[in-house]
Amino acid sequence: MEIVRREPAGPPAPGASAPDDFRARQLRARDMLRGDLEGADLDRFVEESVLTTTLDKALNWARSNALFPATFGLACCAIEMMSIVAARVDVARFGFEAFRASPRQADLLIISGRVSIKMAPVVRRIYDQMLEPKWAIAMGACSSSMGVFNNYAIVPADKFMPVDVHVPGCPPRPEALMHGVLKLQKMIQGHADEGWRTRYGGRGTEELIVPEAAAGTAVGASPPGDTAGA
Amino acid sequence: MSVSEYRQQEAAIDLSPAGQQLAERAPDQELMTLNIGPHHPATHGVLRLLVTLEGEVVRDLKPIIGYVHTGIEKTCEDKAYWKVIPVIERMDYLAYYFNAMAFCGAVETLLEVDVPPRAQYLRVIHLELNRIMSHLVWLGTSMLDLGAISMFWYAFRERERILDLFEQSSGQRMHTRYIQVGGVMEDIPAGFAEKVREFCAIMPSRVDQYEAILDRNEIVLQRLRHVCPLDAETLLGLGVTGPLLRAAGVPWDLRKADPYSSYDHFDFAVPVGTVGDNYDRYRVRMAEMRESVKIVEQALDGLPEGPHVTSDRKVALPPRHELSTSMEALIHHFKLVTEGFRVPPGEIYFPIESPRGELGCFVRSDGSSKPARVHMRDPSFVNLQAVAPMAKDAYIADLIATLAMLDPILGGIDR
Amino acid sequence: MPDATGLELLAGELRDRDETLVRATLHFRGRGTLEVDPARVREVLEHLAERGYGFLASVHGVDYHPEEPRLGVLYELIDMEKVDRMTVKVRVPTDAAEVPSIVELHPGADHQEREVYDMFGVVFTGHPDLRRILMPEDYEGHPQRRDFPVGGEPIIFTQTEDRIPGWPEGGGIDP
Repeated sequence: MEIVRREPAGPPAPGASAPDDFRARQLRARDMLRGDLEGADLDRFVEESVLTTTLDKALNWARSNALFPATFGLACCAIEMMSIVAARVDVARFGFEAFRASPRQADLLIISGRVSIKMAPVVRRIYDQMLEPKWAIAMGACSSSMGVFNNYAIVPADKFMPVDVHVPGCPPRPEALMHGVLKLQKMIQGHADEGWRTRYGGRGTEELIVPEAAAGTAVGASPPGDTAGA
Repeated sequence: MSVSEYRQQEAAIDLSPAGQQLAERAPDQELMTLNIGPHHPATHGVLRLLVTLEGEVVRDLKPIIGYVHTGIEKTCEDKAYWKVIPVIERMDYLAYYFNAMAFCGAVETLLEVDVPPRAQYLRVIHLELNRIMSHLVWLGTSMLDLGAISMFWYAFRERERILDLFEQSSGQRMHTRYIQVGGVMEDIPAGFAEKVREFCAIMPSRVDQYEAILDRNEIVLQRLRHVCPLDAETLLGLGVTGPLLRAAGVPWDLRKADPYSSYDHFDFAVPVGTVGDNYDRYRVRMAEMRESVKIVEQALDGLPEGPHVTSDRKVALPPRHELSTSMEALIHHFKLVTEGFRVPPGEIYFPIESPRGELGCFVRSDGSSKPARVHMRDPSFVNLQAVAPMAKDAYIADLIATLAMLDPILGGIDR
Repeated sequence: MPDATGLELLAGELRDRDETLVRATLHFRGRGTLEVDPARVREVLEHLAERGYGFLASVHGVDYHPEEPRLGVLYELIDMEKVDRMTVKVRVPTDAAEVPSIVELHPGADHQEREVYDMFGVVFTGHPDLRRILMPEDYEGHPQRRDFPVGGEPIIFTQTEDRIPGWPEGGGIDP
């Protein structure tokens, strides 16, 4: 058996140089630090060692690979969402095993489970509390459409909040949810970041609270010790 | 101060208002109302608690539910009996075989059809595997609440094996609609029994692993031992059943007391606790996992031959090969698929033992092909009333541990 | 399960206390049901508790529409010593849907009676805190009555609707 050695064609790719180029690169790096590189040498150095891209692309690449999902398990789909954190379908490979409890620290809301009419304002409030940029995945049939139940008690998530990816299934397999999340990753990488209002035409729906009207209407306050006013 | 002195000091703290010599509330000792949930990492589902705190001690507790109310019972009135099964399965979403079993048991009682012995044994195998799976999820998530985060991965590793078994027998991981009226959906495929035996062979050693990590762990003991006990009488008054009641010393298990679906053919023990604190609740469920493995092995050993569903063609679909030869089979198939079978009028309440307690299904039929009322008596719904007396005068961290040991499933509570 | 004669004996005891207490007995598929006068359901349950049926497993409601009286409340009782079950049924009409609450006797009926109130509109007099439990607090209607519509809605997706109803002019989606 003979070993065929192939000579590399053209200039070596950055980081893939043969060992004898290493000394040359070291010297060039030293010259760079000293400010001695000029002209064509400088151009070549920059080409070899610096990745150029637009700021948007870099930001979107970083955002998509480090999504922090909010812990938002509602019903059966939540169990399959827990499965993607488990060892078989390991979501840590893609960078989002850190489920954040606080919506202020999360940028992905996975609505896993059926949204009842009592829960819908709560979901919307959590979504509003998340900081831009934020995305939402409607996991399962119940949150995308009404699912198995089409009755008085459920509302599909699209009625009250914008959803980026719908993952069908009842419940979707963990692999299906992973597919949905990876699709969302591609979406984030592909589009420059916009707020959800730009993405889904929600301009004109911002709420302005006039200062006089806000006095005396602190939402959700209850006097201490009063548990009966639920 | 040495460790033992510190521990003695800790143990001597009495959190009750009398113990703290609070004759009259001083002006700087206010009660604070804290709203926990519905979105909170430590509640098992969307449970909202209004907690009245004095410092860090819980003085009063009001659970508010309904955040995942799906109107399942109303939806069931609209569907034929066969089509109710997938809807009713999604109620207590960790014990889906149990939901289907309760409903099918009720309908079979109304119809007076016999379930063939092979189907009964297959049902038992799947029910007990589901019980183990439910306890595994309980273990993983409740230890996550307590801070033993790595248990989650261990428990879900075994859960994946059980879900593989479910996928092999029915094609779905969750909500398999395997249990049908009159028997089971399909006979088990070749190789299923071997895979289940493999699982049963390793499961006891896995439970040993979990116990080795947790049983004598200092932190688990501190957080669970002698924490939030509740005596059997209060529990019985509240209607609590299941591992909570057994942990308090009452050996009430419907599989033994009122056997259904051939449970009386199997030899297994019912673990019962002594003190009724969180540690006993934890130990009872761990022991139940072992007992379930025994039941599955016995069921496999004694699995009888025979049909997997009742041969009453008015209730169960005929096998597909008959459709090309028998006209009657074709007619039965058509009637069953389009309209469904009719159930004679009557009301029945069929209780079974689910991983959380007594799961009962009340079915009222008015003679048509759709039920007139389906009500699931969910164990978590009734058990939730026990949280308030349990967590009274305990630290809020103990409240979280108690909720974890209660094993509430909000899908069942809210239906 | 008490057999048919046991059920009749129990009914007989209750009738001895008061003729109008028990309205009907039914023994069906091995289970016994006593239909009693709604105003005195507490008395009946106390008597049954003395006879051993001390564990209340379930309180649930049924709508018997179109039969009158329309709303029913069923109490499932268990005798843990003898492993027996017994059902107690009360029927009330919609315009006078009141049943005394049994929370003092069986504390576990608390949430369950609230659910029957929420879903059917049966008012349990004497209940410490009768509010809606599953539906939102301000919901109108009692969903599980038979004449309440099942509801449901057509499905709207964010990308497929070029005008979402309710959003202001100019706030539609670009197709």
